[in-house]
Amino acid sequence: MFGLFRKTAAQQAEDDAKIQASLSKTRQGFFGRITTIFQANEVTDETWDELEELLIQADLGINTASQLVAHLRERVQRERLKRVEDVRAVLKDELLKLLAAPPVMTIDEPRLLTVMLIVGVNGSGKTTSIAKLARYYKARGKKVVLAAADTFRAAAIDQIKIWGERTGVEVIAQAPGADPGAVVYDAIRASQETRQAELLIIDTAGRLHTKYNLMKELEKVRAVCARQVHDAPHETLLVLDATTGQNAISQAKHFKEAVQVTGIILTKLDGTAKGGIVFAIEQELGLPVRFVGTGEKADDFAEFEPKAFVDAILD
Amino acid sequence: MFESLQTKLNAVFEKLASRGRLSEQDVDLALREVRLALLEADVNFKVVKQLVARVRERAVGVEVMQSLTPAQQVVKIVHEELLKTLGEPARLDMSGPAPHVVMLVGLQGSGKTTTAAKLALSLRKSNKRALLVAADTYRPAAVTQLEVLGKQLDIPVHSEGTKISPPEIVRHALQRGREGAYDVVILDTAGRLQISEEMMHELEEIQALAHPQEILLVADAMTGQEAVNVAKGFHERVKLTGLILTKVDGDARGGAAISMREVTGVPIKFLCVGEKTDAIEPFYPDRLASRILGMGDMLSLIEKAGETVDRAAAETMTRKLVKGQFDLEDFLKQLQQIKKMGPLSQLLEMIPGMGRATKDLAPDVTDKQVRRIEAIINSMTIDERRDPHLMNAGRKRRVARGSGTTVPEINDLLNQFRQMQRLMKQMSSGGRGLRGAFSDMFR
Repeated sequence: MFGLFRKTAAQQAEDDAKIQASLSKTRQGFFGRITTIFQANEVTDETWDELEELLIQADLGINTASQLVAHLRERVQRERLKRVEDVRAVLKDELLKLLAAPPVMTIDEPRLLTVMLIVGVNGSGKTTSIAKLARYYKARGKKVVLAAADTFRAAAIDQIKIWGERTGVEVIAQAPGADPGAVVYDAIRASQETRQAELLIIDTAGRLHTKYNLMKELEKVRAVCARQVHDAPHETLLVLDATTGQNAISQAKHFKEAVQVTGIILTKLDGTAKGGIVFAIEQELGLPVRFVGTGEKADDFAEFEPKAFVDAILD
Repeated sequence: MFESLQTKLNAVFEKLASRGRLSEQDVDLALREVRLALLEADVNFKVVKQLVARVRERAVGVEVMQSLTPAQQVVKIVHEELLKTLGEPARLDMSGPAPHVVMLVGLQGSGKTTTAAKLALSLRKSNKRALLVAADTYRPAAVTQLEVLGKQLDIPVHSEGTKISPPEIVRHALQRGREGAYDVVILDTAGRLQISEEMMHELEEIQALAHPQEILLVADAMTGQEAVNVAKGFHERVKLTGLILTKVDGDARGGAAISMREVTGVPIKFLCVGEKTDAIEPFYPDRLASRILGMGDMLSLIEKAGETVDRAAAETMTRKLVKGQFDLEDFLKQLQQIKKMGPLSQLLEMIPGMGRATKDLAPDVTDKQVRRIEAIINSMTIDERRDPHLMNAGRKRRVARGSGTTVPEINDLLNQFRQMQRLMKQMSSGGRGLRGAFSDMFR
């Protein structure tokens, strides 16, 4: 049962290829230029400044970027690295270190009903990500049900219903304006009783993390999950737009405090922005990236692999 | 997390004894902080470089004005340069014959559909009839979303489902706009990446047939360094005429606005500040500049106060404040005024340097605190309120019983009030900020 949902080698290769492909634009862009910097033979002060700027440009943020450069510099000096290739290897190593070794995701653990709560600010791509998640887990043999708990935004329910039809997954919804907590309650009951679902994915309304009342509402939704199902929600994922700058840290911090976010879905990675903020979030808040959205189609989606991510960035 | 630039610069300049002229060394030290502040605010690093260079040129050798500290002098120059970059506020171009076509473009999730509805509503307030056009046939339910918004606001929406191509829909909508004598036709286009050849071509097609008078890039205030590429990408394909910054009601500094403005040179026309359909504002460069520098949004606060506070009463209050004659009765009145303005935490955020300090306070805690303070003051006699020194042990016990509080709580309030009085006096004689006083009050 447990191994059944593990990724096969083929799926793994497919996921890696998707991250590679979506990041190929990055390589030619910001991070690609990091490589170019090191192709110059001599490593000078200017090289380091330039490197810091490039990291900043990739949205790593000034703190993370300057720490990374300082660390890298120190290591290069200590280990007496001269060759550009070695410096590059060390950079890769340091970037990978920032992404650490995240705890294993608990979605695949055997249990009667797994509940996944999806949260994020407006327009980050929650509904699309949920459709992709549904398709992803359906393809891996799970019986998935979606809960349309974004009852606020106009036509959000229609949007998730359309995705439900496209992916062949059932959507449990109420009328617009309904209490999201009530929707979740119903969805859990239905998943447990009539639908016999294994995985319930809950779509919530987009909200800015600074809106006190809306964050309270989200806490309530989470409480409903916790009351109805043991240990639920088993994963609470924050959907983050890769074009977001430093504010992503504030987002992650507030959502983590309110609903104990366990990981991140990084969306819109098919643009030229490359979500360098992920390094800062991992470092400051210990939140790992779990999935990446790499395009508009339902299968433009992959599990996040730190190594593939960093490799793709530097190779 | 972010400290105001002014505070940081104060710290830098405290180490320097030099007064009078800003030396090259002083300026460079200060500019390092300026650079950090701008980068933290997501201003693009190239734009930061240019800005810092301009500030440096202006700041070195400048005579520090009598009334300012060196830190304030530098902030003043930075602020002015930011203002210059942000440019003048601009309105929608409504010249020429109607219907005027306004096309909204942008990345996915930047807020085009909501903004379209907000624009239509604000146009109606100035007696202009707008027709909304659902030209996003890609995102599931985008058409429905605009239809629902149109119905809520009672604004007509032109939609033809998702089977017809967007340029075709726009063509029909224009005809309907002309025949129906609409003043403005607002095109809600699909979100797209600026590097998507096919989708950008579609925009060009729509542009060629609709000749929009305004092509507005709708961009998320939380956008990072990427803002430059996005703005450049859209500007190169369809000549933009303006920018709309959305989700400004969050805590993003909005440095992206500077970046986008710098690479396109087109004016910022509106800010979207909330989920409600009337939450759209004209753009004020000085407010955004202050925000990017982390100096709070004093002007918005003052404006908000203007809406709720009785002007004459406020003036009396200010006079009392300045003279240090502020008593508990005034304090109570003040609290009641503030309560009318909305949750306390929101107001505190607008005060320079207070934003981050109040982040950790839940509004119900502060509001509860306010109710308690009110109860205490209400249990005092008029004389006691006017002269808190009257409060001896016996009176305190009485007030505690009357207000359902305890004597230590009353002592706390009286202490804080005395501190505040002292602070107000300092402030009116040009001392330091409010931060300490407020954080003490709500400890």
